[in-house]
This record gives sequence, C-alpha cells and structure tokens, in this order.
Amino acid sequence: MTIAEIMPFSVLLPLIGAPVCAMLPGRRLPWLLCLIVVPGSLVIAGMTLDAALDAPLQYAFGNWPPPIGIAYRVDAANAFVAVLLAGIATALLPWARRSVNDDVPDRQGPFYALFLLALAGLMGITMTGDVFNVFVFLEISSLASYGLIAYGRDRRALLAAFRYLIMGTVGATFLLIGIGFLYIMTGTLNMVDLAERLPAVADTRTIDVALAFIIVGLALKLALVPLHLWLPAAYTYAPSFVSAFLAATATKVALYVMLRFIYTVFQPDLAFVILPLAPILLALALAAMLSGSWKALFQEDAKRVLAYSSIAQIGYMVLGVGLVTAAGLTASLLHMFNHGLIKAALFMGLGTVAYQAGSVRISRMRGLGREMPWTFTALALAGLSLVGLPPTAGFISKWYLINAALDAGQPWLVAAVLIASLMAVVYVGRVLEAAFMQPRPTDAKAVHEAPLALLLPLWLMVGANFYFGLDTRLTVGAAEAGARALMAGSGG
Amino acid sequence: MSDHAILRVVARLVIPLFMLFGLYVQFHGEYSPGGGFQAGVLFGAAWILFVLIYGLDTGLRVIPEALIYNLACLGVLLYCLIGVLGVALGGHFLNFDVLWTTPKAAQQAGIILVELGVGVTVAAVVMLFFTCFVRRRALNKTGADTDQWREDNHDHDS
Repeated sequence: MTIAEIMPFSVLLPLIGAPVCAMLPGRRLPWLLCLIVVPGSLVIAGMTLDAALDAPLQYAFGNWPPPIGIAYRVDAANAFVAVLLAGIATALLPWARRSVNDDVPDRQGPFYALFLLALAGLMGITMTGDVFNVFVFLEISSLASYGLIAYGRDRRALLAAFRYLIMGTVGATFLLIGIGFLYIMTGTLNMVDLAERLPAVADTRTIDVALAFIIVGLALKLALVPLHLWLPAAYTYAPSFVSAFLAATATKVALYVMLRFIYTVFQPDLAFVILPLAPILLALALAAMLSGSWKALFQEDAKRVLAYSSIAQIGYMVLGVGLVTAAGLTASLLHMFNHGLIKAALFMGLGTVAYQAGSVRISRMRGLGREMPWTFTALALAGLSLVGLPPTAGFISKWYLINAALDAGQPWLVAAVLIASLMAVVYVGRVLEAAFMQPRPTDAKAVHEAPLALLLPLWLMVGANFYFGLDTRLTVGAAEAGARALMAGSGG
Repeated sequence: MSDHAILRVVARLVIPLFMLFGLYVQFHGEYSPGGGFQAGVLFGAAWILFVLIYGLDTGLRVIPEALIYNLACLGVLLYCLIGVLGVALGGHFLNFDVLWTTPKAAQQAGIILVELGVGVTVAAVVMLFFTCFVRRRALNKTGADTDQWREDNHDHDS
C-alpha cells in the first residue's frame, strides 16, 4: 500500500474507534482504546506530512474519481494541521486519565467516544478536498464538542454548550449556504474543480454573497471578534481535558478551512478583490488582539483568562492572513501550531490545579505556588511561551509575524503585536503573582503537589514548547511548505 | 392509556404494518425514494407508538435500553466495516466493486449493507431520544429533583 492509500486512516481510525469506544464498559477500557487509536492516527498523519511535502496526495473514496466522488487531497498545509491535531490529542491522552476520572466519575465510554468523534471530524475537515465534506465533518466535530463541553461538572457547562450549539449551528448554516451558492453557480463541490470553474462566473452577485457567507460562517467557528461570544463560557466550564483539546485544535481547524477557501477555492486574486477581505481581516485581527487581551486582564477565573487570551491569539493568526503575503501566511500557520502547543500546556496546567485544588479561580489560587511548585513552574514556563519570550515556540511565531508585518510595509502592526504581548505579561502575571507571591489563606484546605501521572505529560508539553522554540526545522519548514502549497492554489 | 380498547386494537393492527413499511423502504432504498435513514425513523416510530399505548416499561421489555444503545453503535460499525472490507479486498474505503463478481450486484450489495447500518443506528437513536423525553416527563410529574450535577462548591460567588 502506498502512503496515499493509508492516509485516510488517520481519519478513519478515530471514526471507527468511536462506536467501539461507546460500547466499552467502565473507565479504563475506553481510555486504553483511545491510547491505541489516537497515536495510530498521529503516525499516519506524520507519514502523510512527510510525503505531502514533496507532492500533494489524493485518495478517492469508493474509487469514484474526484470531480464526481469525494476525495481527500492533502498537501503540506493540510498535513501540517493534521499532525498538529493528532499530536495534541496524543500528548493529552496520558494526562487525560486522571483528569477525566475526576470530571466524569462514572462510565467513560460515551465521553471518549465523543472525543474520538471530535478528533475524527477535525481530521476529516483538514484532509478532505470536497467542500460539502468539509461541512459534514464540521458538523461531526461540532456536535461532538457540544456534548463534550456539556460534560463539565459545573451546571453552567450545559448553558455554555447550548450557546455554543446555537452559535455553531448558525456558523455551519452560513457555511452551507455559501457552499450551496457555489454549487448553484458551478455544479461542482470538489475544491480543485471549483477553483477551475469559479473565474468564469466570478462577476456575479451570487459568488460575492457566497464568499461573504463562507467567511462569516467560518469566522463564527473561529471565534473571531465580534463573533467570539460562545468561546469564553465554553472553554471555562468544559472538563479540563476538553478545554485543553478544543483550545488547542478546534479554532485552528476553522482558520485552516478559511485559508483553504480563500486560497484554493476562490484563489487570492479573486477572494481579495470581490470583497475588501484584507482590510476587514486586519481590522478584526487587531480588534481581537487588543479586546481579547484587555478582557483577559479582568477575569476572575483563570480558565476564562486563557479563553480570552485564545481570542487574542486568534487575532495574531488572522493578522498573518490579512497581510496577504507568503510570509504572513507562514507566520499564521506557524502560530497555529505553536499556539496549539502553548494553550495545550496552559490548560493542562490549570487542569492539574483544578484536579488538586478543586478550583481555578485566581482568588483560590493564592499561595498555591508553594504547595504545588512543579505545576506552577510549568504554568509559568508555558506562560513565557504565551507572552513570546525566547527560547519558546511563542517567540518563534511572533518573530515571524513581526517580520511579515515589516516586510508588508506595515510597521505599525508591530506596535499592536507588542502591546498585546505586554498585556499577556500582565494577565499571565496576575495568575502567577497570586500563586507565588501572595500568602495562602489560613483557613484554606491543604493542597499537595499533583501526582506524577499528571505532572509528566504536563512537563512534556512544556518541554515541547521549548523544543519547538529551539529547533524550528520541522515547524518553520512545514509552515513554509504549507504557505507555498496554499499560494500555489490548485496548481500545486 | 391501557383502558382504551380502540387504541389498543388499532395499534396492534398498524404497528406490524409500520414495521413492514419500514423494511420496504429499507430494502427498496436503492430503487426508489427512501433508504436507511427514513426506514430507521419509520421503524423507530412503530416502537414509539407501542410505548405510547402500552407504556415505557413494556416497551423496554420488548427491547432493553442497553440493547438499543449498543445497536446504535453497531449500526455505525457495520457501515465502517463494509467500508474497510473494500480496503481489505484491495480497493479503497467504501469501494463496493470488489464485494461481488458483477459490478451491478456488487454496488447493490454494498449499498444495502451500508444502508442497513444506517437504518439500525437511526432507529436506535430515535428510540433513545424518545426514551429520554419520556423519562424526563415522568420525573417532572413526580417532582423529583432531576439534576444530579456535581456543582463546584466554591463557585457560587459569580
């Protein structure tokens, strides 16, 4: 079997694993199954990336050739995102065991089945070369995420999940309307085919509206300001494992889909002409960076701080897209990957705190730094990566972003990036200040350091933040190849 | 509703017809409008009518809840296994041509098996939905506290 024939199994493994997982009893077996399925998916995704760096891979489902049948088409850009998804899921799993036991006390089969479905959906979105298939997988991953968020032990998780459901469904519907318009005008759903047929009908109002619907729908999924309202509550009240997984993956995939639509389906010379997309994206990115960071300064719940920080970080990624240069796109893809690592580490850290102390409110974390030094040191180091200090992964992507802004002749954007980073210093600092500097309240119950089963995966993730800050061959190389593949459009 | 003789008799009469029609829609799906989803809903509707007349307890004696739940998963698995069978026999995922000797029969066999999986899952999920609603209603009637969510004790101040 060639690699192109194995490639779809990075989606199929979790997809087939999900119903099996749902039937497994107890708490250990479902987790063990995930431990087989998810790393398997990662290995295949890694092999795919290796092969896709040279030439795009294609796989036709049911042997129906692409314009008619559904096909996966994977180039460096998809493969890079797929490796991020499967990698984060794999790295989170060893840590998940304890944390999920705490959040989901009884049968865990359905919980892990939803997790596998969410992963399969996200992987499917990244790999497919068919726009309707994007919508189907988007619904699979979204429905699974709503369920996962509702598992949160705080009853407000239900409301958060419901709000996400409403907003997410509106977003998916907008995307579907856009896809429907494209189909009306061209008669095809295959991305490559669409790219060939769109220029002939580009001057119609239908295509303008289609692009607008698709961008707005995806911006909702992406939680781009001002469509971000579902995100803070969803990340705050979801179980720790779910927060870490979704924060590191879900919005990245929505951004990838947006890039795929702009660059492959519409082609940049079309997309950036029929709508003033570049200034809109730049303005929204700036609004996201500044307002997200600003809101993060005043949150009482540490998970909510991270949620607002995610909104700001999405701004960085969209900023790279708004520059409309290869360098900007590279920075955007790079930050997608690095922010996945950062947020996974931070949410794992907070999850560890929640596991030991029962709460992640900043007022409850006073003095905990001395009780749980390893956990909070890990949080501090991951915080450095979020702020963007060398030698962390966060520094690399901000460096590339700033360079891209300078190359594009927009030095004032650098100021915005720096201001948002300074705000990150403050909101990360608030959490750490409470933990390390303030005394533990005398009436607080005793809290001990977390068990090794939680600390080891956490430190591995923090280590990854430093590793990818020092050795950038994989990330920068793949991000550049991904940007090239996107820029080349369907011809690549 | 057990004292309504007319309803009981009519239900006995139409429930088998519902199910038969469901099967017809299932196995005629490749020729005519229909298929696994519609058939599954019809099949589930027959059971729902049975529960409406005879009550949930009787309905769950016909088919236990654990079985419904597992059937929902097994239906998806059947779909996936047919897909993987295509790979195992040397084709691509969901490639039906390799399943049989002649292409037409192969496509028919493939689509019927796959749609059977869809039908089983949809029927089971419809029944599970209905079970949830009935349970909820019964609990509301007795006034029992239905919420067993663990709440974070420290979190009341926001």
